[in-house]
Amino acid sequence: MYKIVTKRELVSHINLFEFSAKEIAAKSKSGQFVILRVDEKGERIPLTIAGTDVEKGTITVVCHEVGKTTKQLGSLNEGDCIPDLLGPLGKPVEIGKFGTVLCIGGGVMVAPLHFQAKALHEAGNMVIGVMGARTEKQLIFEDEMREVCDKLYVSTDDGTKGYKGLSFLKDLFKERKIDRVVAVGPIVMMKAVSELTRPYGISTIVNLIPTMVDGMGMCGACRVTVGGKTMFACVDGPDFDGHQVDFEELMARLKMYTPQEKLAFVFYEKGEKKL
Amino acid sequence: MSKPKPKIRKESVAMPKQDPKERSKNFDEVALGYTEEQVVSEAERCLQCREFPCVKGCPVEVDIPAFVSLIRERKFAEAIRKIKEKNSLPAICGRVCPQEEQCQANCTMGKVGDPVSVGRLERFVADLERERGYELPQKPVSTGKKVAIVGAGPAGLTAAADLAKLGHEAVVFEALHKQGGVLFYGIPEFRLPKKIVEAEAEYVEKLGVTIKTNAMIGKLHTLKELLEQFDAVFVGTGAGLPSFMRIPGENLCGVYSANEFLIRVNLMKAYAFPEYDTPIYVGDEVAVIGGGNVAMDAARCALRLGAKEVKIVYRRSREEMPARAEEKENAEEEGIVFEFLTNPKRFVGNDRGWVKAMECIRMRLGEPDDSGRRRPVPIEGSEFVMDVDTVIVAIGRSPNPIIQQTTEGLEVTKWGTIVVDENGKTSIEGVYAGGDIVTGEATVISAMGAGKKAARAIHEYLMKG
Repeated sequence: MYKIVTKRELVSHINLFEFSAKEIAAKSKSGQFVILRVDEKGERIPLTIAGTDVEKGTITVVCHEVGKTTKQLGSLNEGDCIPDLLGPLGKPVEIGKFGTVLCIGGGVMVAPLHFQAKALHEAGNMVIGVMGARTEKQLIFEDEMREVCDKLYVSTDDGTKGYKGLSFLKDLFKERKIDRVVAVGPIVMMKAVSELTRPYGISTIVNLIPTMVDGMGMCGACRVTVGGKTMFACVDGPDFDGHQVDFEELMARLKMYTPQEKLAFVFYEKGEKKL
Repeated sequence: MSKPKPKIRKESVAMPKQDPKERSKNFDEVALGYTEEQVVSEAERCLQCREFPCVKGCPVEVDIPAFVSLIRERKFAEAIRKIKEKNSLPAICGRVCPQEEQCQANCTMGKVGDPVSVGRLERFVADLERERGYELPQKPVSTGKKVAIVGAGPAGLTAAADLAKLGHEAVVFEALHKQGGVLFYGIPEFRLPKKIVEAEAEYVEKLGVTIKTNAMIGKLHTLKELLEQFDAVFVGTGAGLPSFMRIPGENLCGVYSANEFLIRVNLMKAYAFPEYDTPIYVGDEVAVIGGGNVAMDAARCALRLGAKEVKIVYRRSREEMPARAEEKENAEEEGIVFEFLTNPKRFVGNDRGWVKAMECIRMRLGEPDDSGRRRPVPIEGSEFVMDVDTVIVAIGRSPNPIIQQTTEGLEVTKWGTIVVDENGKTSIEGVYAGGDIVTGEATVISAMGAGKKAARAIHEYLMKG
């Protein structure tokens, strides 16, 4: 059993959890993820690691309530336990001294982006942060990002805070030399960022978490086409060259279980279990 | 009046089974098991010959004539005790061992009629004991030695049980959230109920073995780190990496690896969605590619999940199919259709990225290949389109690569299997391996045999030093 030692609501429906998992904390690096189950009948869901505290023996994940399992996780409180927590999975993201690195993230994924930005900052890079959300009220981790970024831009889809959308990035790419872009967020955002950087030839690393079951290379649910080759995001990734990823295929595959996910959510809300 | 001695029957007692029409709609066990009268009657067919060809065919060396003789005397508790001297997972073996290729292959009775149904006898006494409560062997004297076992599949559980019985402390590290490995995630409920896997894994724990789930070696701890805490390590990580055909359209929605399909159904119980959270999609027309036991399992699961038609598409003919005869027969009885000498060339998708058809080509058999089976050769111009909305690719699994990738100095073949000597010893001192990780995809019982052999070698290694 893995205990929730901290739970903090960051904004409505987005919670930060610290799980007691000493051994996992000791091995986790930015870019990696865990798989957890909320109860004995639960599904296995991947969540990107947003931080660790090796001394306390905890790992941090931030979870947006979007479906049955994430909502159920959100209903748990400090002191509660989950039966299964596996990790760290996937390869750590490459951290080196690249020069100027633009770290861009959206929504709930700004939290794991911060874990990467921090590592890149500590490695001596000039870190420019770009963080966004649909609207101002959904922005998370702004203070944390400010701490590890030499400069931070904020963007919202509706323009309620900072820049509206991501088109301002074009000016940024024209203005200054950027050696690497790291994008962590919704697939549409990572796709858009990869398209924006392509004409400038800026190396763009995206963090992909497709549908997964085991998360250790056994099922292939997470297969993604990168540069014409099939890769398993769980073991070959989760970080890939954004200019090589077939995002259309990935988006179609992510929708594969949408009807069932909706059904499961309805049943959960109603407290029913059987069809 | 004394009864005349009955003549030995040539035919084995038939296994009672669920009716095919009924069972193709549920996940309950197909084979129902012998009754007491049936089990005794079948045991009476054993000739108690002196050559013991059955024992020679058993990878875990069970004293078959002895336990069969005890069943004849209705000494069921003694019979299971005899089996358990060698085999800690008898209810599993009684169900999934390919007995026809092992203990029953050279049965003397088999020369004049059906061989004695050793597996069914084993299953009966194992089930009886499980229902009545396990009897534990006397606790051995502790040696003070610790062994780490990587993977709680058939090889790992067998090695752990044997080591515990010899007085060593055995700790099993399992990456999934359940013990059993392929027994849990791979073999469907209707062939091997999961409560039996759970019960036999618990029996192994009762022998003194610790099983740690959610512990992926190579990620959470490296093999070298285990060697700092343990006196020896056994690697039984199996063959769990799915093979794909590498043809166009394979990443369309609705195309599964057999592993994914079976993991969802068996490990995650997707057949009980939404009571269990994990979903699965099965359309009306399902094609399963491949001809092994895994293909049969996947096809029969798809049928039970509501498919209207399930086809097994296999590139060779019936004779070359590697699946067990019993499984082929069960699948056919349930209405699975076989498309022999057929191979997919590409998958065709609709505008939403879902598979809607499969372009296939007919094959003919040419000269024998390395495996001794006749090589399938495409017949030019024989392409045709098969409408499908779900495809399950069951063309094999290769060794799990994580340990090999994260362990410096571990000798590995070009196929990714771990190199061992005849006792299961690897290129690293104190590290042993066995099962599919050494042989490539094989049977449950051969993995158990390898676990047993390695446990013996580890014991010798630990006791000499």
